[in-house]
Amino acid sequence: MKPPPFTYCDPESVDEAVALKSEYGNDSLVLAGGQSLLPLLNMRLARPEALIDINKIGDLQKIERRVGILEVGAGVRQYELEDHPLVGELVPLLPEATGYIGHIENRHRGTVGGSLAHADSAAELPCTAVALDATVVVQGPSGTRTIAAQDFFQGWMTTALEPEEVLVAIRYPVTPWTAGHGFVEVARRVGDLALAGAAAVVNLDEDGRFTSVSVGVLGISDTTVRASAVESALIGEAPTEENIARAAKEIVPSVTSEDDLHATRAYRRHLASVVVSRAITAAVARARERSNGK
Amino acid sequence: MTTSTAAKYGIARRTVTMRVNGRDVTREVSTRTTLADFLRDELDLVSVHLGCEHGVCGCCNVLFDGHSVRSCLMLAVQGDGHTVETVESLSVDPTELHPIQESFAEEQGLQCGFCTPAMVLRTKEIIETGREMTDAEVRHEISGILCRCTGYQNIVNAVQSAGAKLRGEATADGAAGGRS
Repeated sequence: MKPPPFTYCDPESVDEAVALKSEYGNDSLVLAGGQSLLPLLNMRLARPEALIDINKIGDLQKIERRVGILEVGAGVRQYELEDHPLVGELVPLLPEATGYIGHIENRHRGTVGGSLAHADSAAELPCTAVALDATVVVQGPSGTRTIAAQDFFQGWMTTALEPEEVLVAIRYPVTPWTAGHGFVEVARRVGDLALAGAAAVVNLDEDGRFTSVSVGVLGISDTTVRASAVESALIGEAPTEENIARAAKEIVPSVTSEDDLHATRAYRRHLASVVVSRAITAAVARARERSNGK
Repeated sequence: MTTSTAAKYGIARRTVTMRVNGRDVTREVSTRTTLADFLRDELDLVSVHLGCEHGVCGCCNVLFDGHSVRSCLMLAVQGDGHTVETVESLSVDPTELHPIQESFAEEQGLQCGFCTPAMVLRTKEIIETGREMTDAEVRHEISGILCRCTGYQNIVNAVQSAGAKLRGEATADGAAGGRS
């Protein structure tokens, strides 16, 4: 199993990477961490004319705090989300969810931008991006543009990236300190792709009722799903076990995955409401801890 | 392809220099050669075992700039200017084992030996975090490497025993503690 021949390009700036993407378009693939692309090359499921390796572009490897925003460069390695103090402080859902990506060897090499651009529906980073209302920053020949995460993921491994564009960063709104977060997924073995998973961020008012709920769900459809029906069923409600369980069932119609080797659709429907309910419950517990100043 | 790109990138072979097991090596490689094949075929570092070649088994793991990675999922050209360690770096003299290797032998942390180089390197990385771990945590930390022989328990014992040795917690019978 060896990769097929390709023209190997290793630009040192985003501008040069964009120029190469403009030149080769769909005949080229961007190589970031390679944790999904190298298997595809080794098995010759992908045969790009050019491989554009972005690992030498220093500008893509920054983690920066902006006003109300945590900006993470596309080339930042996934394990850095777990280790970097700024990430845990500003967007605590991220390090927690990142720990579920593959194994540590994959996270040492895999990048944030790579996971987003690959857009696997069972992947953790697209799910958290959607739950956190993050914004994807892409650069093309005519400059940069921003795309809301929910619009970025369009379908099965399909994103809003144009052939001549390169994903450069993702901007996460800083999570309010009173908010609580939760991340839950169910997989057959540690490190396997999840059968289903959910990320939740909630805010509670002084009476302990939901003022905001945002939930992303992975593994249940051809792309990561925002659980809007679950969210609206909970706003203004008290976070009781019954209320959460009832609202979580609203995810069921969004489960469109066909039966596969690992789970039937019926089981995934059951599982989806379970992970949504557990993620929200975990988020509520954290929000309560924070409002109690613990 | 424009002429300028062809001139700059249209080259199927590159000269790379990387620090492997403490020595700088320079070789010419095909740009599509994986790091795993480079280490095995060019540098004879055959402890880098190729099981699945698509990132599942973990037997080709090496330490890249100090972090464990799958060498089958990297290109040799990406190693240019970087540091790579394989299990050959642990003991200079083949008759003298590193304490981690000793622990694997003592605890029977291997049968066929195919995953062992990766397990030993991962053990080194785990121990270097300086954190004592429970058996369950060790199992989680080594979950990226598949062993089809041992059932993992003896590997967990070896990791714990090596950790205790390297932290200087020797025990009376020579087999250091850490089992729970």
